[in-house]
Amino acid sequence: MYDKSKSVALANLWVAFAAFFVAIILGLYQVMNRSGLFPELESHELYFASVSTHGVLMGFVLTTFFIMGFGYYTATTTLKRPLWNKGLAWVAFLVALSGTVMAAIPLLTGKASILYTFYPPLMAHPMFYIGATLLVVGSWIWCLEMIMSVITWRRDNPGKVVPLAMYGTTANAIMWLWTSAGVAIEMLFQLIPWSLGLMDTIDPGLARTLFSWTLHAIVYFWLFPAYIAMYTILPKMAGGRLFSDEMGRVAFIMLLVLSVPIGFHHLYMDPQQSAGFKFLHMLGTFGVAIPTLLTGFTVLASLEGAGRLRGGQGLFGWITALNWKEPMVVAGMLALFMLIAGGWGGMINASYSMNTLVHNTQWVTGHFHLIFAGTTVIMYLAVAYHLWPKLTGRRLASRGMAVFQLWLWMIGMMVLTMPWHVLGLLGQPRRISSTPYDSPLVQQWDPHELAMIVGGAILLFSALLFVLNLLMSHAARKLDSVSDDDWAIAVYPPMSVPKSMNGFVLWNGILTVWMIVAYGIPIVQLLILDAPGSMPWGY
Amino acid sequence: MHIDPLEKKWMYVVGFMTAVMIGSMAYAAIMLNMHPPSNVETIDPKTLHLSGEFAEDNLGATTNPDGSVTVRMVAARYSFYPQMIEVPADTDVKFRITSPDVLHGVHVPFTNMSTMVVPGYVSEVNTRFSREGEAQFLCNEYCGLGHDYMWSKLKVVPKG
Repeated sequence: MYDKSKSVALANLWVAFAAFFVAIILGLYQVMNRSGLFPELESHELYFASVSTHGVLMGFVLTTFFIMGFGYYTATTTLKRPLWNKGLAWVAFLVALSGTVMAAIPLLTGKASILYTFYPPLMAHPMFYIGATLLVVGSWIWCLEMIMSVITWRRDNPGKVVPLAMYGTTANAIMWLWTSAGVAIEMLFQLIPWSLGLMDTIDPGLARTLFSWTLHAIVYFWLFPAYIAMYTILPKMAGGRLFSDEMGRVAFIMLLVLSVPIGFHHLYMDPQQSAGFKFLHMLGTFGVAIPTLLTGFTVLASLEGAGRLRGGQGLFGWITALNWKEPMVVAGMLALFMLIAGGWGGMINASYSMNTLVHNTQWVTGHFHLIFAGTTVIMYLAVAYHLWPKLTGRRLASRGMAVFQLWLWMIGMMVLTMPWHVLGLLGQPRRISSTPYDSPLVQQWDPHELAMIVGGAILLFSALLFVLNLLMSHAARKLDSVSDDDWAIAVYPPMSVPKSMNGFVLWNGILTVWMIVAYGIPIVQLLILDAPGSMPWGY
Repeated sequence: MHIDPLEKKWMYVVGFMTAVMIGSMAYAAIMLNMHPPSNVETIDPKTLHLSGEFAEDNLGATTNPDGSVTVRMVAARYSFYPQMIEVPADTDVKFRITSPDVLHGVHVPFTNMSTMVVPGYVSEVNTRFSREGEAQFLCNEYCGLGHDYMWSKLKVVPKG
């Protein structure tokens, strides 16, 4: 037997879900504060410290640690050998954890209420920037671990096809290296020296451009493991086969190439970029919808196959025939449902012209909660239910509670985000802690504010059930044996694939050229323009 | 490499949908000249209040010889200055806005008057208001603990 690095995987996953649980308590407080129905709660200081912490914990901590933990399990069990360097996995964990703690101290003490998007020239305590950077450095060590594990496996298995789950994980590791470079440059050359007083001023236009480099593809970094689970775990758990292994590879490659050079759709409304580059990034943004549309098709086709094997008849009979008692199946179907709803909203945000109406309104908050906290996180939860018995060697405490919890999660998310979409269309700005505007608009907002509190409460209850289930599982009955080969098999397992679909050299080359055009030229232009800098501001 | 015929059909559908969406936006951009505000123009946030077009006396709406209106505004914590702007309906309005402090965003709900305001740069928005009455400029980018209180009034009056 080879070493499966289960303890390091479990350690990463527990940090992820602990952060998740803390963040969700903050989330409920935020909707309550924002609604204005609890005047004794209201505090701008507390609210913005809370929003900043909620964003960092959900966006950076939950995701990074989950992706690292899931990646170790995927690498060892698909390649059927130990990690390239097991000690390094613990180094990555400790670096990322110390970064998280370093960032948490200023966040929780109100010294970093600048939101997780940083927003210079607002300035936080330097420890916040350094901590966040260390978290990213930890994730880079994980990327190295994943990439080297595949390279050494390929060297020892010439001509063999890299298993799809590991192919996707490696694509994500490479994409994350590309993605995180933008924010790393912003941190190392702007935010950290500026917050330490080594630089007097900063160019917020350049900082926003660098952040946009990271800001879009980071959501694909988060989404990737959800797609990996949909392609490589879900079909097997549904009792069927993966409809197409090759299409999974195509989707992963497209995500790698298309996710990064499109970040300007976050800057449509910004004055420091010209219309031409915004238009170019819009083209890529619509391109990146393609892998998602392909994924939706392949995953649903796999599920339909499973439903028909279980005796489902007719156009929709396969849906009711699915195993709705299996958490992975429930999560997969609900994730796709939220992806379709949120995806259409995303098309409007991404639209070069329509974005004007919804930019920075509560619509945007609704959109990314539906896609990230909905689609992505529900798959994280299902992966946790799937992995816990494998990592602990014990039964899951309650599968019934798991299924119930996943349904609650979807319902809570819909009750939370649908009112937000409406509020956005009614003109409510995002990131406000109250609505003190003297305008008839505010009365139109009130009923939706009430609904979002109900959504927040359902989500907190659902998260509580999730964490309890995992905790109780550590004391559940021991299993006689656990299978580590629960990876889905394709209808036509690929015996060989084109070289370009077994590696990433070609794709990295294409991405390099595209990034030089899409980010290199605008950044050089900003450096030549050399806009007068901004002094640091408190908040 | 194996591609199912059904999958192939779906790929055509996806390609067609993407082409329609990109095509409609390209049409709006090129034929109708609909672009997001993209005025690459710099200004020093530390001195803009001392002289020039963003000095206090020069702010507000001015009518140009061709009948169009130019509105100069400063977005600063925590309001838009001047705090009341009056413009005629169905008239071309050019907003020029900048910030002496931090990031702001400005949006008049239900209209396409929307832009980010980034210190060091001048934002420019060209628009027309068709609905008469009172509306609000709301700050829609987090700019500090008083962000909620950052708003001002827009009055659209009959043309004439």
